[in-house]
Amino acid sequence: MTDLSLPAPSRSPFAGLMQGTAGPVLVVIAAIIAVWYLAAVLLNAPFQRDTYKRGGMEDAPLAQLVADTLSQERPVLPAPHQVAVELWDTTANKAVTSKRSLVYHGSITLSSTLLGFVLGTALGIGLAILVVHSRVLDKSLMPWVISSQTIPILAIAPMIIVVLNAIGISGLLPKAMISTYLSFFPVTVGMVKGLRSPEAIQMDLMKTYSASSAQALWKLRLPSAMPYLFASMKVGVAASLVGAIVGELPTGAVAGLGARLLSGSYYGQTVQIWSALIAAAVLAAALVALIGMAERLVLKRMGMRP
Amino acid sequence: MSAQPPSLGLELAERRPLGPVKALLSSLALVVAVVATMLPVTASDTLQLGLFRHPLLAISALAAVIVLAPYRLRFLQGPQATFALVAVSYVMAFALVRLIAGVPGQAASGYWAYVFVAWAVAWLSVEEMAALTPRGTVWKRLLALAIPLTFGAWLLILWQVLVVGFAVPKVLLPPPSDIWARLLTSPAVLWADFRQTFLKGVLVGYAIGCGSGFLVAILIDRVPFLRRGLLPVGNLVSALPIIGVAPIMVMWFGFDWPSKAAVVVIMTFFPMLVNTVTGLAAADRMQLDLMHTYAASYPQTLLKMRLPMAMPFVFNALKINSTLALIGAIVAEFFGTPIVGMGFRISTEVGRMNIDMVWASIAVAALAGSLFYALVTLVERAVTFWHPSVRG
Repeated sequence: MTDLSLPAPSRSPFAGLMQGTAGPVLVVIAAIIAVWYLAAVLLNAPFQRDTYKRGGMEDAPLAQLVADTLSQERPVLPAPHQVAVELWDTTANKAVTSKRSLVYHGSITLSSTLLGFVLGTALGIGLAILVVHSRVLDKSLMPWVISSQTIPILAIAPMIIVVLNAIGISGLLPKAMISTYLSFFPVTVGMVKGLRSPEAIQMDLMKTYSASSAQALWKLRLPSAMPYLFASMKVGVAASLVGAIVGELPTGAVAGLGARLLSGSYYGQTVQIWSALIAAAVLAAALVALIGMAERLVLKRMGMRP
Repeated sequence: MSAQPPSLGLELAERRPLGPVKALLSSLALVVAVVATMLPVTASDTLQLGLFRHPLLAISALAAVIVLAPYRLRFLQGPQATFALVAVSYVMAFALVRLIAGVPGQAASGYWAYVFVAWAVAWLSVEEMAALTPRGTVWKRLLALAIPLTFGAWLLILWQVLVVGFAVPKVLLPPPSDIWARLLTSPAVLWADFRQTFLKGVLVGYAIGCGSGFLVAILIDRVPFLRRGLLPVGNLVSALPIIGVAPIMVMWFGFDWPSKAAVVVIMTFFPMLVNTVTGLAAADRMQLDLMHTYAASYPQTLLKMRLPMAMPFVFNALKINSTLALIGAIVAEFFGTPIVGMGFRISTEVGRMNIDMVWASIAVAALAGSLFYALVTLVERAVTFWHPSVRG
């Protein structure tokens, strides 16, 4: 809202609010929720009419129909407030260690996400450093790094987990490996770009200082790659969460947000699916926001951003 | 890394010294190739000189020594060295794969020594290929293709040799030869899966998702209010694990392919929306002013300037979506499907421990994904021929 470019002459008192980003975003979110409610009524109505018919209440008033469609136990599309209530129930009203607590499931997913993300980022940075320093790796490995992403790796997630279980590796690591695979790619590509971002004149300066390539890496390449690193880490952490969720599907729906999705779909618990979905979305947004904060902090310390 | 002596430009161009990595690797490979003649190649070799029982390996090892020695001493260099190294590496690979197929799990120290030699020769051949600077564009293209292909081929060769050599159980990791055999023996099943998942679920969902994302982007571009409101939301949604809607879509649209297409639509919609909106904003003030001075109407400006300028962004989204679509369709099949489809095949064959079938499905999916991506890239080069990244 501190837009300095010529403000349009405002006629309504709300015009100022609508100039920035916050106002329109709020309106859009409100519109989404409104559409959600409407869709919930429309999608749940057939089942409700059916129930009325069987209950012998052929002429239920419209208001009651709407109210009932929004409070079904297993709706086709649960209303936002039902999801909110379920979210509140399973986070605040349950002990954190309970199997019914969304915090418990979320923390399991979060831990494998983070482990996979850390491994993937480390792998990505390591690969990028190798690729930047070796002509052979640049020509032979880079095309495979890129085409590795055209392979639907999530497809082999179940197999990785089953196979690793068979040789006695179970628990966090198999899931984390899928996250690793998904998150190393954006980091590798971003870091290769970032490590190459110093201009020729800067590299020449390092050469006149007779800096070794390790020194040039540490003092010039890595610092100038920081913005690229954070941008790709944001993509990587989101991919990592997807990997962790999909990694939980084949383990037989034991624990984690993915397991909540799967068991919800087995037993038709739509409210549970939606609450797991919202929890995953909140987790993703929080992780991305966290990295954004780290980015601002680091870049400020480095003097790259005012 | 190592400080080079100041060059006066007087060295003989004919005998360039090897780099430190290449020198070390070729010396090591040479020594190992010679010493390994005294080691047993397989566990059943009673003689220490096991090599004499395996003529093919003996010949290829001899060839390696014959090429490596002059290469190390720099009598052999340039394109001749590259061709010789490539040829020797593949002959050795053939001999090694052939040998171990007969006696799985029986590899002894001599065998692994020659695996190392073969790998070293292959690495040197890639080093030499990367150093070549051919003149013609055709040769340049071929070389740019050959280097990663060699790398990929060696991944497969090492996979084959290690898995067979150590007799890794097939339920853990089948060798590539088994996967290839499976591809050849059950094309009907794989084709049915491909048709169900790719030709129906992925393509339909991709077309609808990308098309609607594109159209909605053009619509909201006309209304600045919507643009400011939807763009942050769209960016957020792009980062969310949308794959989670798969169970819901399966509930709504049933087990068959429409539910998979629906997941693909949702997954591909937002990247397209965000990228197109960004692309439509790519035209700068001057260019818009120019169109204005031509008295161009909104549709004219859109069609003749802004959409073409948005094309690099649109194709970026198309490329991202090509992989997302395949992932979405396959994962959606884990939540319920008729008894056909790649995701179904993968999840059931894992349960039946038919891991080679799983890998065959993955190979088909990987091939389909890569070809799809390549196709989009080709179209991109044709459409955005004016863009600096394409013009080169």
